[in-house]
Amino acid sequence: MAQPMQTTAPSRKKAEKHLPYWVEPAFTIVALGGFVIYAIWEVFWHNTGTYHNYVSPFFSPGVAGWFGFHVLTALYVVWVPFLFRFSCYYYRKEYFRGFFFHPAGCAVAEPKSHKTRPYTGERRFPFNLNNLHRYAWYLAVIVLIFLWKDTVQAFIFKNGFGVGLGSIILLINAVLLTAYTFSCHAFRNMVGGRKDCFSCANGKPSTGYKWWRRVSSWNQFHGAWAWASLFSVWAADLYIRLLIMGVFHDPRLF
Amino acid sequence: MSEEIVLSIFRGDAAGGQEVEYRVPLTPGMVVLDAVHQVQAHQAQDLAVRWNCKAAHCGSCGAEINGHPKLLCKTRLDDYVGETVHIRPMQTFPIIKDLVADVSWNFEVAKKVPAFQPSVPVPFKMQQFDVDRIQEFHHCIECFLCQDVCHVLRDHNAKDQYFGPRFMVKMAEFEMHPRDGGDRVPMLAHEAGLNMCNVTKCCTEVCPQHIRITDNAIIPLKERVADQYWDPLRALFRKKKAPAATGQSVQG
Repeated sequence: MAQPMQTTAPSRKKAEKHLPYWVEPAFTIVALGGFVIYAIWEVFWHNTGTYHNYVSPFFSPGVAGWFGFHVLTALYVVWVPFLFRFSCYYYRKEYFRGFFFHPAGCAVAEPKSHKTRPYTGERRFPFNLNNLHRYAWYLAVIVLIFLWKDTVQAFIFKNGFGVGLGSIILLINAVLLTAYTFSCHAFRNMVGGRKDCFSCANGKPSTGYKWWRRVSSWNQFHGAWAWASLFSVWAADLYIRLLIMGVFHDPRLF
Repeated sequence: MSEEIVLSIFRGDAAGGQEVEYRVPLTPGMVVLDAVHQVQAHQAQDLAVRWNCKAAHCGSCGAEINGHPKLLCKTRLDDYVGETVHIRPMQTFPIIKDLVADVSWNFEVAKKVPAFQPSVPVPFKMQQFDVDRIQEFHHCIECFLCQDVCHVLRDHNAKDQYFGPRFMVKMAEFEMHPRDGGDRVPMLAHEAGLNMCNVTKCCTEVCPQHIRITDNAIIPLKERVADQYWDPLRALFRKKKAPAATGQSVQG
């Protein structure tokens, strides 16, 4: 019987066309590096991310406001998604390849400088903290709940229900972040992956099994969700930032 | 006249060697192993190559084709028309001769992996959906391409610190078995060196059996290690539950 989480052999056409090994790390450096630079600009140079009923994902939930702080308000929140993504099993592959060349590509020799330092993998600080990915996940789920609240709020204008371009962008962002969060490897372990036997209670598939199977199917696309949600956060924040700066007005669809 | 393909095959042994060029007529459906056999039959009878089934099932003919770990018998030459095909032995292991590498280290590691320990008397019954997960791991043909590409073994030669992806699959196969009573997590966390892996997924990319080694074996095992050694909440629950019986720890 075929297994739900095993991929099939790639097609001949696909197998024939391999990109050079450096394309993936180069993309990671540009995309992830670009996002980090943008995030630094957004977090350290701005104190609000709210435009009428739209709230930027960088500034939600408004933790700083709860404690009466009005400076660097995004800083109180962004560490959560940062930790979640830094410890994410998918992003580990990307940053170890793109930024640390450990290795840059499969069967590609590591730089000579690596030979002089002992390799410790994820056994030493800070990479051993990746073992706590599940805690980053718990926090990310809390943030996600607030993002959904913001998404609902994005459809409620002064004159009642409406749909603006920003509402759509925030909705897409929330959907992609939900897919990324719930396709997580740690979540897959939590819902049933840690069990060896799914039928030992009564001979029938347990609820944990059903969840594990479902999360396993989402998990196959975890990398795609990771990138898509990164770009959607970027787009949502940039859109709201440009609205705040008065670069353009939010078009109302109805 | 049929098209020719140029093979540049490593000739040498542990003392050293170099690539030597051979020209072979290309026939439809030809794989690299066919071409190597052509060379062996007509141009270099002393060329050493390990092979057996010629059907991607025995895992004997692992080598590096244009720098990529692959099975010689599963790599079609029509993927390389117009280019020279460089064939070298697996780089992670010592060379014996030409394309034959000494993979015996893997068999020494295999001896360290604690075998299946039935938790109930045999024979026992299992549900298919309980064993679907581990049956993926049974597809492994032990070609050791994953071991060859793993940068922990290949670039850092940390064979004394990490068993390698092949044996993570092997341990996952036993650890996730619904009727296994052993606990290999302490071994994974220490002697087997699971956390030497930084999940760059090259083992998955080269696996000729398309086993999702990282996602389905290594990461779930890392999560089990985190359950036992890193999660303070679970440690608290375990203390409260103690002395409830858990799996028997297995060391070597």
